[in-house]
Amino acid sequence: MVPAANPRSYYGLPIVKRPAWTQEVPWYFFVGGTSGALAATSMVARWSANAGLERRARRLALAGALISPALLISDLGRPSRFLNMLRVFRPTSPMSVGSWTLAGFGSALGAAETAELVGLPAAMVGTAEVAAGVLGPILSTYTAVLLGDTANPIWRGARHLLPFVFSGSSMASAGGALCVAGPVGDLRSARLMVVAGTAVEQLSFFAMERQLGALAEPYAEGRAGTLNTIQRASSLLGAALIATLGRRSRLGAAVGGALTLVGSAALRQCIYRAGFQSAEDPTYLVRSQS
Amino acid sequence: MTISSPRQASVPLPMWQGGGTRMGFFTDTSICIGCKACEVACKEWNDVPDLDPSWSGNSYDNTLRLGASSWRHVAFVERPRPDTGVGVQWLMSSDVCKHCTRAACMEVCPTGAIFRTEFGTVVVQEDVCNGCGYCVSACPFGVIERRADDGRAFKCTLCYDRLKVGEQPACAKACPTQSIQFGPLDELRERAGARLEVVKNESGHEMAQLYGADETDGVGGFGAFFLLLDAPEVYGMPPAPSYQRRDVATMWAAASVAAGVLLGGVAGAIVWGRR
Repeated sequence: MVPAANPRSYYGLPIVKRPAWTQEVPWYFFVGGTSGALAATSMVARWSANAGLERRARRLALAGALISPALLISDLGRPSRFLNMLRVFRPTSPMSVGSWTLAGFGSALGAAETAELVGLPAAMVGTAEVAAGVLGPILSTYTAVLLGDTANPIWRGARHLLPFVFSGSSMASAGGALCVAGPVGDLRSARLMVVAGTAVEQLSFFAMERQLGALAEPYAEGRAGTLNTIQRASSLLGAALIATLGRRSRLGAAVGGALTLVGSAALRQCIYRAGFQSAEDPTYLVRSQS
Repeated sequence: MTISSPRQASVPLPMWQGGGTRMGFFTDTSICIGCKACEVACKEWNDVPDLDPSWSGNSYDNTLRLGASSWRHVAFVERPRPDTGVGVQWLMSSDVCKHCTRAACMEVCPTGAIFRTEFGTVVVQEDVCNGCGYCVSACPFGVIERRADDGRAFKCTLCYDRLKVGEQPACAKACPTQSIQFGPLDELRERAGARLEVVKNESGHEMAQLYGADETDGVGGFGAFFLLLDAPEVYGMPPAPSYQRRDVATMWAAASVAAGVLLGGVAGAIVWGRR
């Protein structure tokens, strides 16, 4: 696509609207995404007979599954009508698919935890855990479809790469959370998740910027630009620490994990903020359609 | 140009799904005089809240954009005449919700609050909307918006209540030059095609074009389309708006692969990490 040389506009006013969402939404992307990857970790750890990792990952995932709906409800214009989200199932709406996924995910995690606490048969705990483990990766990536299925140039223009940014970032932050929370003995898997997740996240983000071309400008300017610097530095430093010091030192792993979490949260904030900047300047939209 | 009487413009009795005639607007901007009667009539009829009065300095346009409390917006482009360079050319256009054939706002609405009426128009049910704000980012035209104090999303209803009783929408009724024409969409398209020929050939507006009259465009055509005298972006409208379900399908395919990468990565890390 060749950008128009001199896109005209109506007094420089925006064509598409700025997102109506508030800060809670990118925080949810981070918390829900991390929680989803942790549930998958818990499921696989069970198959791998690693009960310590299974339980820790599941409890961290459950915490995220409890925080997520609170964040989403507080973002609504009419929070008292939050149940309307489950009034119908609409496959055409990524938000509807996501709401149902989150509802099922949280219920499954809650059921697994409860079943274990009251001493129900292990098979029941396992079944609930599989449900959460399968829904988890969907929870981590559907939010990218949510952004891609808009008219916002910087989101829409990267709609096929955003899911990989989100899945990589979720894998990294799940590993990061385990590195912060867990004892050294169990950390090898968590550290591998950080390193592999960060690689997928950063490579996909790089590919996304390349694909967007001139439309990627907001990622280098203003608040989104600052957040981009923070997310990249924090994620790469966190992964480097985890790969080196984190191997021997409990403290090194915890600091590396914390940096990974900061990077992953900043990444979601960066992408969210870029949507505002992309909508505010009509030339991005006109260029993307010329 | 054909002049339709209000009688001709009245609608058939409401019929549900498939049986009804699709109704819409043809906004012929070549005869808009910028009187803003449409903006006022819309506000009055629909009880749309006022905005804080302010002066933009952008010609006569202080409304600036469509939004939760501006369902008609008259744009004023004031510029040197492009042909002679002497004097001023005025472009005036009354913008409105496009009532798209493939309406992104309706497709992405998670509650089902946005629906298509028996007239083929797209309307928000205010008693269902929970203010999630998804439609705001989804609309390719920046039309629908959340009202800050209320929290819910609002936009043009194409005067659903008036259509129900066989009346035409308030803006069309108030328009003194018939720049805003209301009627069955296929009739309007035919009329617009003829009008375009006149504007292009006899009035010499080389850039004149129909915007949204073509069913093969990105959103499957507008229920409210326009005759413009210059490119859409000059009026603050997107040049090639699009919403395709197959785009959504490919996004889900990418997300599924990404979810698989996540699951595989986690499994690999756990298996490889086992001592």
